[in-house]
Amino acid sequence: MAGPADRVEACLQPTDEVLAGARPSDEVKAGVRPPGEREVDRREFLEQALKAGLGVPILLGVIRIQDLVAGDAGQEGYEPGEHYYGMGVDVGRCIGCGMCAQACKTENDVPLEPHYFNTWIERYVIQTDGAVVVDSPNGGMDGFPGAQSEGEIQRTFFVPKLCNHCEDAPCVQVCPVGATFTTEDGVVLVDEEYCIGCSYCIQACPYGARWFHPEKHVAAKCTFCYHRLVEGLVPACVEVCPTGARVFGEVEHRATPLARFMRLNEIQVLKPHLNTKPRVYYANLDGEVR
Amino acid sequence: MQGYIYPNEFELHWGLLVVLYPYITGLVAGAFILASLERVFNVKEVQPTYRLALLTALAFLLVAPLPLLAHLGHPLRSYEIFLTPNRKSAMAMFGFVYAWYLTVVLLLEIWFEYRKDLVLWARSERGPKKWLHYALTLGATDLSEEALRFDDNAGRWITIIGIPSAFLLHGYVGFIFGSVKANPWWSSVLMPVVFLFSAIVSGIALVLFIYVAASLFRSKPVDMRCADKLAAFLFYAMIVDFSLEMLDFIHRLYESEESIEILSQLIQGPLFISLIVLQVVLGTLVPLIALGVVSPALSDRGVSRTPAELRRLIYLACATLVQIGIFSIRWNVVLGGQLFSKSLRGLTVYKPLLFGTEGLLMASVLLFLPLVILWLLVKVLPPWLDAEATE
Ligand code: SF4
Ligand code: SF4
Repeated sequence: MAGPADRVEACLQPTDEVLAGARPSDEVKAGVRPPGEREVDRREFLEQALKAGLGVPILLGVIRIQDLVAGDAGQEGYEPGEHYYGMGVDVGRCIGCGMCAQACKTENDVPLEPHYFNTWIERYVIQTDGAVVVDSPNGGMDGFPGAQSEGEIQRTFFVPKLCNHCEDAPCVQVCPVGATFTTEDGVVLVDEEYCIGCSYCIQACPYGARWFHPEKHVAAKCTFCYHRLVEGLVPACVEVCPTGARVFGEVEHRATPLARFMRLNEIQVLKPHLNTKPRVYYANLDGEVR
Repeated sequence: MQGYIYPNEFELHWGLLVVLYPYITGLVAGAFILASLERVFNVKEVQPTYRLALLTALAFLLVAPLPLLAHLGHPLRSYEIFLTPNRKSAMAMFGFVYAWYLTVVLLLEIWFEYRKDLVLWARSERGPKKWLHYALTLGATDLSEEALRFDDNAGRWITIIGIPSAFLLHGYVGFIFGSVKANPWWSSVLMPVVFLFSAIVSGIALVLFIYVAASLFRSKPVDMRCADKLAAFLFYAMIVDFSLEMLDFIHRLYESEESIEILSQLIQGPLFISLIVLQVVLGTLVPLIALGVVSPALSDRGVSRTPAELRRLIYLACATLVQIGIFSIRWNVVLGGQLFSKSLRGLTVYKPLLFGTEGLLMASVLLFLPLVILWLLVKVLPPWLDAEATE
């Protein structure tokens, strides 16, 4: 079996291609153009974002982890042992624009067909009679059409979902060959050179976060954009979110945005009764969300 | 599709091939446990099926890994399970459990059981058959009383090791499903036990079927004492199996966890035919009643006396129904567990394909293959009492 370092290396391979060519995320990174298939006119996009009064994070351009993380080791010589990542999601801020899901597909070369998602957005419509209607058309990538609700709507909200990078990840536990593993810095990855494609991990993930790659015939999932992390960048979804609904950073240090997020909000995780210890932390999460 | 399912759940990841895997291993374990009855507990009546049951177990065991291999995304990497097994993974143990069972238990037991006959056959035959049988003795041609006693003792010990191994083999398959906490349809401590008893049911039904059918086919009389005994065992095993399933069902209903709503929709919707109609009514209740009435399970000569010819046919029909029922159990577990969303908010559908590795055609081939292997095995190692060599 390859050593841990080699295996992380293997998981990074897509990046090299991306770096060599016209890197799809460059524009995304600079906040110039929203990613994805839909070519939105830049002005139109900025207008939309500004209309929502939320343009600031985009205009900030490239956000580097170094700027976010106190006492970072710098770009060269990335030391996984010095990091421990997590993500915060503020449900109250999500506007369901779907930019994160689009950015993810571009950044990570995820097949564009509808049923492969590292991250997606769910819309919840809660009616006055207590009925709950949930949908996620094309993973929320193209935004959401007006809610079709039969009853009277009481409240409605969007919930971004992704792999929770569980500390006690059932997917890691069940993988018969150890192709799914947790890195030292707390990211759950799949070694696609090693995966035998048994899909046991997909069955074992309680959150529907995994999918089966139709061409590579291996399990696939969110990597927290590991190839970006080692360069000191935040995941693409975090970078493009126009409302700052996603916060990324170190779980353990005090003076980081994530730590602050967790201090200032009441935090919940998904399906806590399964004891998977997720590292995606939700603020303002409704009890209906599963 | 109905309600909400996570976007990644549109594709079902375990299809028909993964249904075959527990079905086939169940037959192996069941047939072996039946054989052990004769050996260890000295049930004389079922002796005519002892060797047949062993060969059946072997034929199905040889095919058992094929559906698993075929469903992998990278079958050529499967050897990694042996090289770098993840010790925490339930599935990683498959290779070891399988290899143990195949080599240590089945092959050895069959060899000790047949050695004497192999030597005698080799002595009395000519041509390639002589050499084949001679090769199978592995050169151990000593037929002294001491050697034969050793064979017998070894066979007995292997059976004693074999019974827990057979329990392990199939209980373990149940554990692969039962330990998935993410899936409320699978996650249950009873799963391995239910798997085990359904395996015993399926194994007895299979051997009963093959024995009666083969006798008719060979125009040999069916030993009705044997068939009756098998039918009675089948009846008892089915009672235990059905009680366990009901226990599981009532337990879930009574606990009524958050998943109960979606699971009852599942049973009333996509699983209605395969669970209520095929598994419970046709696969369990009908054969239970029929066996209860005609077999000697409840009273020595059957609740209602039937002529042997009719009883044979009823046994054949029951064994067939039981197979359909057990196959439905595997279907309902494997596919049923993927037909509802883990968001517990929606149901999806399974569309079986005709062609392709996960298709119906492939599945039929894999189900037929063990019968072909069994036919070959029976040619080389005739399991019938009338074929046993006499000195
Ligand atoms: S969310 Fe699913 S895929 Fe991600 S670590 Fe947890 S169990 Fe594994
Ligand atoms: S599909 Fe790959 S990563 Fe998932 S459990 Fe199987 S071998 Fe491991």
